[in-house]
Amino acid sequence: MDLVYSTEQQAFRGEVRQWLEEHVPTTALESFDTAAGFEQHRQWEKTLAQGNWGMVTWPKAYGGLGCNLIEWLIFEEEYYRVNAPLRVNQNGIFLLGPTLMEYGTEAQKQRFITKMASGEEIWAQGWSEPGAGSDMAAIQSKAIRDGDEYVINGQKIWSTRAVFADWIFCIFRTDPDASRHAGLSFIFVPLNAPGVTVRPIRQLNGLPGFAEIFFDNVRVPVFNRLGEEGEGWKIAMSTAGFERGLMLRSPARFQEAAKRLVALYRKKRNDILDLSVEDAVVRCYMDAQAYALSTYQTASRLMSGGNIGAESSCNKIFWSELDMQIHATAMNLLGSKAELEPGCDDAAAELGAWLDGFLFSLSGPIYAGTNEIQRNIIAERMLGMPKK
Amino acid sequence: MDFNFTEEQLAFRDGVADILRDEVTPATIRRRWDSDTGLDAGLSHRLIDFGLPAMLVPEDMGGLGLSEVDFILLAQACGSVALPEPLVDEALVATPLLVEIANTTMTGGERARALLPEVANGTTRVAIGHWINPYINFADSADLLLLAHGDEVHLIAASDAQLVSQRSLDPSRRLSKITWQPSQASRLADGPVAATLWRCALNRGALGIAAQLLGLAEAMLQQTVQYSIDRQQFGRSIGANQAVKHLLADCAVKIEFAKPAVYRAAYTVSVAPARADFAVSHAKVAAGQAALLCAKNCMQVHGAMGYTWECDLQIWMKRSWALDKNWGDAGFHKNRIHEWLLRPGALLGADQTFGNAHLAVVAE
Repeated sequence: MDLVYSTEQQAFRGEVRQWLEEHVPTTALESFDTAAGFEQHRQWEKTLAQGNWGMVTWPKAYGGLGCNLIEWLIFEEEYYRVNAPLRVNQNGIFLLGPTLMEYGTEAQKQRFITKMASGEEIWAQGWSEPGAGSDMAAIQSKAIRDGDEYVINGQKIWSTRAVFADWIFCIFRTDPDASRHAGLSFIFVPLNAPGVTVRPIRQLNGLPGFAEIFFDNVRVPVFNRLGEEGEGWKIAMSTAGFERGLMLRSPARFQEAAKRLVALYRKKRNDILDLSVEDAVVRCYMDAQAYALSTYQTASRLMSGGNIGAESSCNKIFWSELDMQIHATAMNLLGSKAELEPGCDDAAAELGAWLDGFLFSLSGPIYAGTNEIQRNIIAERMLGMPKK
Repeated sequence: MDFNFTEEQLAFRDGVADILRDEVTPATIRRRWDSDTGLDAGLSHRLIDFGLPAMLVPEDMGGLGLSEVDFILLAQACGSVALPEPLVDEALVATPLLVEIANTTMTGGERARALLPEVANGTTRVAIGHWINPYINFADSADLLLLAHGDEVHLIAASDAQLVSQRSLDPSRRLSKITWQPSQASRLADGPVAATLWRCALNRGALGIAAQLLGLAEAMLQQTVQYSIDRQQFGRSIGANQAVKHLLADCAVKIEFAKPAVYRAAYTVSVAPARADFAVSHAKVAAGQAALLCAKNCMQVHGAMGYTWECDLQIWMKRSWALDKNWGDAGFHKNRIHEWLLRPGALLGADQTFGNAHLAVVAE
């Protein structure tokens, strides 16, 4: 155990810090759930790509920097330290990217990874269906092989950022006779393909943050299938591991939010009547710290040949509950002004950010597999409790 | 930057854990409860043979010259079996305090240096009293007592103190209230040096408790998972019910995020014990929360059986409830964190995970 950064790691941090300070937009971008904001965020992805910072862990050949996981964590820490824009392509770079690296052919990596890294193609995720949410194996939408193509019919729902995205990675039933986990395949669809209809769904904040997608005889080449036919479930589970586990929510995001919470508390501490708020503030900071320590531990294990298993479900529960705790505590500190919408006459600039963050935090225990499903996974796969 | 334990550290832990699992069972613990000393003399000798009391003693003082990071997994293993013997307080707190005194030029240094070989080989047992703990565990079995008089560190023969035994909720603990007279002769250290020594001792003590609480939590969870499989109701294991699964999954999450905090605290203490307040308090609070949640949820899953004297779960629950309040309760440690977070110039944020709290210390 050696919990000190090497000289190279410190130099890397310095390099990241300098680049970010020179390039991060000085005024906040609009929400990426608006058309204008989405394009601003795409532009930012392209700026990142110019320095090969799009996804630093990818090999240089695909537009990355070939960094290891500790360097990735350092990058994330610096990224959130300067409050850089949220990643509009997070479904692509954090979820599909690692999966493509593991299961993609060389030609697929060349085609999809490079354009993901360059910010040219923004990805959405199409797994849930009206009848297949937590029970993902109940997927009904079909992709039937016809020569060198698949013909896709069906419906996906709750696809985040699909309203403005370019591509979607989906799981379809390629063998209609197989049931449940068998006969599913992992397939990419361009969202401008003939037969695709994207219907926006307004989220709690009123913006079209996710969408419902209808597929009516949509044709895509067999090249768009990741892995073998029928391997969809296996590949999806590995993507889900990244999603819940390491990459989707790096600790830096919560550490910086908790830092802002401590600053807010310092400002308001003399007005606080609810004494439990102090304990909540300390707990938020320490839990963010615990999440960071745990992530460094996981990264060290992965770098020495270990793997990430069902404990990724522990991560998902922990960060989603932490995010709610941070923002609920901030709302308590803001008191009777907490309800003010950003941009109102009396709303200080930071107020809107807390309110946005509060609403967003409420989705954490639901997306990427509800926390109830995660608890089942922990109980059955980590602890060995009986399924039936 | 590497958060892994070495192969050697893991292998040493496995070796000690094997012995503990074989010899420290609910039956042998209950035998201790009914015995005069509360100790298993045979086990104590085996632990000495393994070199455990000498782990943190430098090689030139007759020890193994290992660090807190080497010891932390053993402390966790002691918690897993709910070991009643005060090995962790002896090896991780009392003995290192003597080592630190031996490294000073104070008059007590010579006395400590002379004493360390017999402490390292287990022939002399030392118990420690710190202002934060009102009672001393197993003072009645110790040969010597390390005691505080103001900031001064004193060492007296246990026979020179008046001990009044106090019964603990945890029958594995043998607490004594101590009355004693400090003297010129008993003083080992004084002044600001001594104050720092006590601060280090507190951090080592709380670290040892945190690791034991982690082991206690894991053990409670493990035996309760097994109970939930074995216990049948409505024609199936009670563990098949989601309501039961979720109680235990919550325990697993608490444990999972207390672990790295405890290991980081061990590292920080090994680098700079006097500057490890933040890391240690984090570890102590997190491990305490994990153990208390496990005690609560595991008893619930055991149902009425969990509320009996017969059920072995009580061994781990009672130890958790007792140890959680030892070497600083949650309020004490939360307050230290609070002060640390709110002090002027505190460097907080994502780039400070390993910064402020100990990187600066390493550079000193």
